[in-house]
Amino acid sequence: MTLSGELLKGIYKENPVLRLALGLCPTLAVSNSVINGIGMGTAFTFVLLGSNIIVSLIKKGVPDKIRIPVYIVIIASFVTIADLFMAGFAPKLHKALGIFVPLIVVNCIILGRAEAFASKNSLGRSILDAIGMGIGFTLTLVFIGFFREFLGDGKVLGTPVMGSSFEPVLLFILPPGAFLSLGFLMGFLNWIDSKKVRK
Amino acid sequence: MNFSELLIIALAAIFVQNFIFSRFLGLCPYLGVSKQLDSAIGMGASVIFVMSLASVVTWLVYNFLLIPAQSNLFYKIFNLDVEKIPDLRFLRTIAFILVIATLVQFVEMVVQKTSPSLYRSLGIYLPLITTNCAILGVSVLNIDSEYNFIESLVQGFTAGIGFTLALVLMAGIRIRLDMAEVPKPLKGLPIAFITAGLMAIAFLGFSGLSLE
Repeated sequence: MTLSGELLKGIYKENPVLRLALGLCPTLAVSNSVINGIGMGTAFTFVLLGSNIIVSLIKKGVPDKIRIPVYIVIIASFVTIADLFMAGFAPKLHKALGIFVPLIVVNCIILGRAEAFASKNSLGRSILDAIGMGIGFTLTLVFIGFFREFLGDGKVLGTPVMGSSFEPVLLFILPPGAFLSLGFLMGFLNWIDSKKVRK
Repeated sequence: MNFSELLIIALAAIFVQNFIFSRFLGLCPYLGVSKQLDSAIGMGASVIFVMSLASVVTWLVYNFLLIPAQSNLFYKIFNLDVEKIPDLRFLRTIAFILVIATLVQFVEMVVQKTSPSLYRSLGIYLPLITTNCAILGVSVLNIDSEYNFIESLVQGFTAGIGFTLALVLMAGIRIRLDMAEVPKPLKGLPIAFITAGLMAIAFLGFSGLSLE
């Protein structure tokens, strides 16, 4: 695969959330506004980048049998760094994301990339893969967050845009809206794909 | 410690703040193993068991090893001053995930030795549980809510029951969905999400319960 392909595959073709259905918990929980999506996406990309770099560097030295615990410790260390950093510099965001910051550690995308990609590929490709996947994850969160914030609150990035006569569809801010938005978004992508195949 | 407080924690964990429908924890196994009723029940039982155990063990680790207080074991063993006890709370995430991973491995080994028939029905679900965010989630929630030992146990156990309830209900629906005429782009996961969304609306009704 070309290097640019390595970077771009995470955004659409192998989007971790919409195509591979991984990392669903933070996607649904945190996507109630665009800002939360960006914050979560950034923390996630940082952890994924760090873990992919380290795993790719030490791939020859790790015995096969204990590789999963080793990966988990590496990921957990980066999550702790991100957690403390956010608590120090973005306390409001840290509070809004709440328990989902420490829970990045069990995000199956990160362990999945370490196991399926970084442990088999060179450092450069692992970095590109992490950045691509991180962008894909962030974009998905922002996209769903935009819809939920717009429909459920009448706001874009926290500023009201719909005027006072707009009656927000409260359901979209509440938990069910997350399931419905993601379901329809996945269905929409399948529909686009089926159109492409027909051509 | 009174009983009604525990009941409130239990009802909240099962219905009002159901781990799937309201807290969004444990969605990967929720969608992965809800295709058949048998596997849903097997997964649910393993989750209840591991969740209760993990709540207890992580609570003990946090309160006896990580926090700088008189209950800390370093304090007792080395006779340190309270101020000199190392504050290890920042290790929470790493410590918890390692404890849970070890615990799951240990449970798997014990079940395999003592009850091969139970192992055959639950065994395949146990390795999956380590990366189930509901387990780490309940441990972190127990600490964040400053629950005591009994409250943590109750929350762990009942959160598992809430998870199982959601899983079994979903499995029952998905069996019928296989035979339903679903628009082609929505087949598989998308319709499962939409179904979950509708179930979440139903569970939203429980938030009207005032638990005081």
